[in-house]
Amino acid sequence: MDAEAAKYIGAGLACLGMLGAAIGVGNIFGSFLEGAMRNPSAAQGQFGNLIFGFAVTEALGIFSLLIALLLLFVV
Amino acid sequence: MANDPMHQFQIERFAPFDINGIDASFSNASLMMVAGAGLATLFMTQAMAPKAMVPGRMQVVAEGAYNFIHSMVRDAAGSEGVKKFFPFVFTLFIFIFMANMLGMFPYFFTPTSQIVVTATLALIVFFTVIIVGVTKNGVKFLKLFAPSGVPWYILWFVIIIEIISFFSRPLSHAVRLWANVFAGHVLLKVFASFVPMMAAAGFVGVLGSILPLGMTVALYALEFLVAFLQAYVFALLTCIYLNDALHPGHH
Repeated sequence: MDAEAAKYIGAGLACLGMLGAAIGVGNIFGSFLEGAMRNPSAAQGQFGNLIFGFAVTEALGIFSLLIALLLLFVV
Repeated sequence: MANDPMHQFQIERFAPFDINGIDASFSNASLMMVAGAGLATLFMTQAMAPKAMVPGRMQVVAEGAYNFIHSMVRDAAGSEGVKKFFPFVFTLFIFIFMANMLGMFPYFFTPTSQIVVTATLALIVFFTVIIVGVTKNGVKFLKLFAPSGVPWYILWFVIIIEIISFFSRPLSHAVRLWANVFAGHVLLKVFASFVPMMAAAGFVGVLGSILPLGMTVALYALEFLVAFLQAYVFALLTCIYLNDALHPGHH
């Protein structure tokens, strides 16, 4: 196989890693809304936790995007 | 090539300067960092100069930013953290926020899109945590790696995981900010390059190029959210790490 072609296939495969992060981030905000609807008065105080969970989960998706970008533009 | 999405990250050295092979040139990245820090200082001092009982518009913004970060540090690091680290965290937040926001202007350079900048900030936080933790708690700082209430037969495994997670902190701390800004700017450039590409295809192409143009505008709005959110996340994680340094073994 051509090395150039393998690079593009690799970048595409690396982007699949973002699937997991997408599920995770959706789950975080979905669960937050579910909890916030049940007890709206407690929702304000959990903003920090929400963003913390979002940041930690999102980092994993960013890592796989990073691999894809490195394959496309640097390697 | 004008459409190269990587062209915007090119470093231009305005004043080449070399110390024993270490490149310390004053570049466009340094210029934007100095501009960001200078603008923030100017705004804060000017906004708070009247010290009015009933604040004006600028004073409201300055006090709002102060209160926002103050309550964040208090929630995440406790009142002891506020006393010791509020100026540090506030400086970090404002610096990253200004760097991100100045980078949103077209043709401006974004300092936080260089991993050396974010890695430096993350390492400052990392070593601050270690130094504060060791000077305040001494050997008890090692309790950070051994959470209380874990049975001995899985404790060794937990310790290994805690050590790995502790030393991967600066990596994820730096890469999160860098990759978010970097990926966002590449994405904007790629979508913007679709516009002339489509418009070159005749009359129908010109009409159709409204679609990628609208997408670019929408992504720009998203990037403003990311610019704020990543500065907030960086400051929040700094608070959480500092809380670990002040109270190890309390998680």
